[in-house]
Amino acid sequence: MTASTAATTAGDRNLVRARPSGFLRDLVTIAKRALRSIPREPETFVPALFIPTFFFIVNVGALQNLTEGFPGNEDFNYRAFQLPTAIIFAVTGISRAPGLVTDIQSGYFDRLLLSPARRLPLLLGLMVADFVLVVGLCIPVLALGFVFGVSFGTGLLGVIVFILIGALWGVAFTGFPYTIALKTANPGAVGASFILFFPFAFLTSSTVPLEQLSGWLRTVARYNPITYILESMRSLTGDTWEWVDLGQGLVAILVVASVSHGLALAALRGRLDRG
Amino acid sequence: MSEAVIETTDLRRNFGDVEAVRGVDLVVEPGEIYGFLGPNGAGKSTVVKMLTTLLKPSGGSARVLGLDVATQANQIRLRIGAALQDASLDQKQSGREILRVQGQLYGLTATEIDQRIDELRSVIEFDAIDRWVGTYSGGMERRLDLAASLIHNPDLLFLDEPTTGLDPTSRAEVWEEVRRLNADFGTTIFLTTQYLEEADELADRVGIINAGTIVGEGPPGDLKRTVGSDVIQVRLAEGSDRQGAYDAVVGLDTVDHVDQGPRGLLISVKNGASAVSPVAIALDGAGVSVTDLTLRTPTLDDVFLELTGDRIEVAA
Repeated sequence: MTASTAATTAGDRNLVRARPSGFLRDLVTIAKRALRSIPREPETFVPALFIPTFFFIVNVGALQNLTEGFPGNEDFNYRAFQLPTAIIFAVTGISRAPGLVTDIQSGYFDRLLLSPARRLPLLLGLMVADFVLVVGLCIPVLALGFVFGVSFGTGLLGVIVFILIGALWGVAFTGFPYTIALKTANPGAVGASFILFFPFAFLTSSTVPLEQLSGWLRTVARYNPITYILESMRSLTGDTWEWVDLGQGLVAILVVASVSHGLALAALRGRLDRG
Repeated sequence: MSEAVIETTDLRRNFGDVEAVRGVDLVVEPGEIYGFLGPNGAGKSTVVKMLTTLLKPSGGSARVLGLDVATQANQIRLRIGAALQDASLDQKQSGREILRVQGQLYGLTATEIDQRIDELRSVIEFDAIDRWVGTYSGGMERRLDLAASLIHNPDLLFLDEPTTGLDPTSRAEVWEEVRRLNADFGTTIFLTTQYLEEADELADRVGIINAGTIVGEGPPGDLKRTVGSDVIQVRLAEGSDRQGAYDAVVGLDTVDHVDQGPRGLLISVKNGASAVSPVAIALDGAGVSVTDLTLRTPTLDDVFLELTGDRIEVAA
């Protein structure tokens, strides 16, 4: 075939042609693909249910009698106190970052980059799926809390806000594993990103109230954003809406999200520049 | 002549201190199958990554479909398709799901995507389209990857080593599909390969790249004619005097050119039938022990040897 014949034929063929799809459609496309992957990879979320359930049951069994019924603090309910900790354990570090590493290693991420899709939805779409996943993870942990007799004085709306805070924290933290995924494309490094969670999770009021912590730990806990997120969630199991606690919790989430997502966006930009 | 589909001038790419691409000048015309041939590490994939906007050039310029790769990348992406080295597919999605994602990212409607999937039936293993890609064979994956590259009817298709690692049957199927795309739809195809036979079979023109620079370019037939009409391949016995063998044949009237290889000589001649006897007599006269003497037509590997002094080594 000659070049000129070919060019003519190309012009005559059917009219299905590519066009920019728009930010929102790119976002939905990437998020839907990521959501489809979740039930196909149960190994990515089953441990996230087991660990908080285990800690919740063990901590309540070990510490309930030690912490409840003290004079002046008769209303303290350790099960309600522990439930936000279990939720934070369930949702922190859960992300599609390992899937992103697989996409980078297999070349599928390059296939996405070859398309005219905007670059930001390639990351944000995964985070949308993460949000749906962590909401899904909150529900069984919350159900366990109900089985243990935890109640919400703020009603159904309080329960929804409780889940929302947990989910927002979960998504705020995802920036760290995504940063590592984009920087290293190494599944081992992404897996190790869970280590980042330890100072967040244990240098705080996760097992006993802030005022019960010893001197140095209490000081560290005061600077730990998780402390304020836990307090905001705990406030919802009380009888009234504690707006200051809720506000502080949301600010803590925003601070962590700005750092972690800022790093993730910089890592994305770096990967795009490196090629 | 219409505007070139690909045009590069002094295209360069460095990775730190390493110069992967050292000034490539290319022109690919509409409707061509252009074969980009070279050994592993020659810079083929780096050139493709720059032309497909995945990698920014360190220097020089490149225009694809009349658009600048550095400043008009988004417009280029709408009009090109690419199947990169190794089928880049999500193993836990079905073929149909992958094609749908691909179509959506190219702005196609659901109806258009269904239409395109139907039109691409011949490319993909349609019976397996709803199975996870993880259950596909290597050949099926490559064809699905090709279909994903074609979902939006690109004007220009990049195929980066499309048959590496495939069995001969799957390789032949991919070749047939490439020919059909070019013949039926006029799609311009830029194909990198380390397989000489592939470049020979498919390409209208071949560019030979070595160590980041183009060392030869032209239709395969023309390139092979530069080596000579025929080639006599001489394999020498262990311990034979290679220089003595070279000296014995290099001055013969019937011989155009002699290359020394690791195991013998490659002698370019105008007329193989009449040159075999003088060559054999000359070698015998020089006391050289020959284990094998073969007359054949030149291959692109001979061209590569002629141009670079080395052979293309392919890890099959």
